Amino acid sequence: MANPQLNSGNPRVDIEYRRRKNAEEMRYQVVSFALMIFLTLIAFAAVAIKGFTSWFTVPFIILLAVVQVIFQLYYFMHMSHKGHEAPSLFLYSGVLVGAIAILAFSTIIWW
Amino acid sequence: MSTYAQKKGFGATLWDFLTTVDHKKIAILYLIAGGLFFLVGGLEAVFIRIQLAVPNNDFVSAGLFNEIITMHGTTMIFLAAMPLIFAFMNAVMPLQIGARDVAFPFVNAVSFWLFFFGGVFLNLSWFLGGAPDAGWTSYASLAIASKGHGVDFYILGLQISGFGTLMGGINFLVTIINMRAPGMTYMRMPLFTWSTFVTSALILFAFPPLTVGLVLMMFDRMFGAHFFEAAMGGNTIIWEHLFWIFGHPEVYILILPAFGIFSEIFSMFSRKRLFGYSSMVFATVLIGFLGFMVWAHHMFTTGLGPVANAIFAVATMAIGVPTGIKIFNWLFTMWGGSVKFTTPMHYAFAFIPTFVAGGVTGVMLAAAAADYQYHDTYFVVAHFHYVIVGGVVFALLAGTHLYWPKMFGTMLNETLGKITFWTFFIGFHMTFFIQHFLGLWGMPRRVFTYLPGQGFETANAVSSFGAAFMSVGVIVMLINIIVTSVKNVKVGNDPWGDGRTLEWAIPSPPPFYNFKQLPLVRGLDAYWIEKMEGKKGMTPAEPLGDIHMPNSSFLPFIMSLGLFIAAFGAMYHVDKVSWALPVMILGLLITFGAMFTRSVKDDHGFHIHKEELMDDDDKGVKA
Repeated sequence: MANPQLNSGNPRVDIEYRRRKNAEEMRYQVVSFALMIFLTLIAFAAVAIKGFTSWFTVPFIILLAVVQVIFQLYYFMHMSHKGHEAPSLFLYSGVLVGAIAILAFSTIIWW
Repeated sequence: MSTYAQKKGFGATLWDFLTTVDHKKIAILYLIAGGLFFLVGGLEAVFIRIQLAVPNNDFVSAGLFNEIITMHGTTMIFLAAMPLIFAFMNAVMPLQIGARDVAFPFVNAVSFWLFFFGGVFLNLSWFLGGAPDAGWTSYASLAIASKGHGVDFYILGLQISGFGTLMGGINFLVTIINMRAPGMTYMRMPLFTWSTFVTSALILFAFPPLTVGLVLMMFDRMFGAHFFEAAMGGNTIIWEHLFWIFGHPEVYILILPAFGIFSEIFSMFSRKRLFGYSSMVFATVLIGFLGFMVWAHHMFTTGLGPVANAIFAVATMAIGVPTGIKIFNWLFTMWGGSVKFTTPMHYAFAFIPTFVAGGVTGVMLAAAAADYQYHDTYFVVAHFHYVIVGGVVFALLAGTHLYWPKMFGTMLNETLGKITFWTFFIGFHMTFFIQHFLGLWGMPRRVFTYLPGQGFETANAVSSFGAAFMSVGVIVMLINIIVTSVKNVKVGNDPWGDGRTLEWAIPSPPPFYNFKQLPLVRGLDAYWIEKMEGKKGMTPAEPLGDIHMPNSSFLPFIMSLGLFIAAFGAMYHVDKVSWALPVMILGLLITFGAMFTRSVKDDHGFHIHKEELMDDDDKGVKA
């Protein structure tokens, strides 16, 4: 699934294109890596800094975690590339099924 | 020379099947094992009907009756219906998409052996101190209070066979996504392949909740946890939810492949393209999707409250819409077709009114307020036997007749097949139609007997009489299978003469590499298109070349055997017997040892060389 359509048959164009593409890819990875470190720091800070109740910090950290998972999937595991339609379909279906179960548990069993 | 034409002794054949990773042989293993469990489950059903044939009967005791109904439900769902469906998926799906095997042949073998050992473990409970007796749903308040090891057998047995099912589902998904022949787009896949795809997705999402539920139950029963015990701060309702989050998709896991088999039969024997193919695909996917939103309709009387009940009631009724689309498409497929009444077509024809009846009672049960009346009566029993027997079992019997030539190379006798159909069909309606009324008259389900003078005598006698008819039908079918196997009259590629999809373009049974050259698919019903243009077979999509094949392996058997041994250790550990812990460790060592061996030992498989494939042509073996 690693972009087989990149090959154009012309080696010179191909190499040029790939170099540019790889550089772009690298930039995205570095940016998202920096962002992830930053988000982690914020998560630690949210716990360390006094004055926030757990009603704020727990959902906040969960939100940051979700953002990190999305970064991980899209920039490090290449889900932003073409040819990942089936994996994303199944990932989102799984998220949907899980969310419905959690919604049901939290509304009609626990509270 | 090729190896598959040689005559082999019994030992060699047995070893071949114990080590096979070929999807066609695994399909036969599933068919045999699932068939045996089907007979066991059927025998349990007969015992139930004997016990209930007359009031105040003492054929079995109340406790034994609970064990029988539990094992009847569990065996039929997990060990008969699902493996038989897997048998057809394994046998047919790779052929229908033009693949040489499933994506992970080794994992396919692991799936089968896990299912097999889980099923054997569960059924050994009969001989080791009593079977599970908490119902096939094994509700926590009953299951935790159950004495003896019955429920432990249920937990561990289902856990082991559940691993196998989950792996099988993932395997089929990967196969369908990645291994379709050139030209086989998603919207050219036969309906049975589509239903395999959606079913596998349902397995992927539905089995984890069951696994979680079983793990929690295992900790409650064996390791002193209290997840489901209200007195200790647990919640017994959680099991019900987890079970039905799995359990409702499970019934679609059973019925969707049945729909797929019937779709193939309708279009084959009406000699017509399936009416509304794209709407059939849409309906299949939609049923799969909605299947996850409706589980709480099994729990209307648990006390979820009116809002939750209303939401789940409406969602449940919505499933009637895609199912209705399918029913009309099947009818329109037959309309104007040149219908040929073969044995499979008999089942397909009978399936429509039977399944519609089951669907109508389904919508009745979905009305939450009315369900308070139907709940826990024979009305429910009648409903789910109408959809499961009238849908799934009819499809399995029809599929057995339809695909027998493709799996074994011989045709089942049509006359005996029709006798099976009529006895089974009449017996089925005699057994279960009257149970609707028994339920409405107030007979509760899961009771081991009833008193004379309650007005249940005649109806129960009729019901039991019908069960005898169904048994006769199954016995005739066994005779049919034996006679056909003994006569062993081989048939050609397309024995029905009306094959539309790729599996009928290759010999019956297919060579072990399936397709010598992968076929070029030019549209829906690929083989039919070629036939209509006067061609003998498929146009190849590739030049003849070496074919890469996987090696056989005994490791799947050993891996599963290890878990089987470990399960005994885990179970008897509760009794504080000294050998339990070593046995558990030994079993796990066997499993992990086998997994380790598989990981470190490189097994690159082998190649069938081009020259050998060309040799086969001279001997008249075509692919």
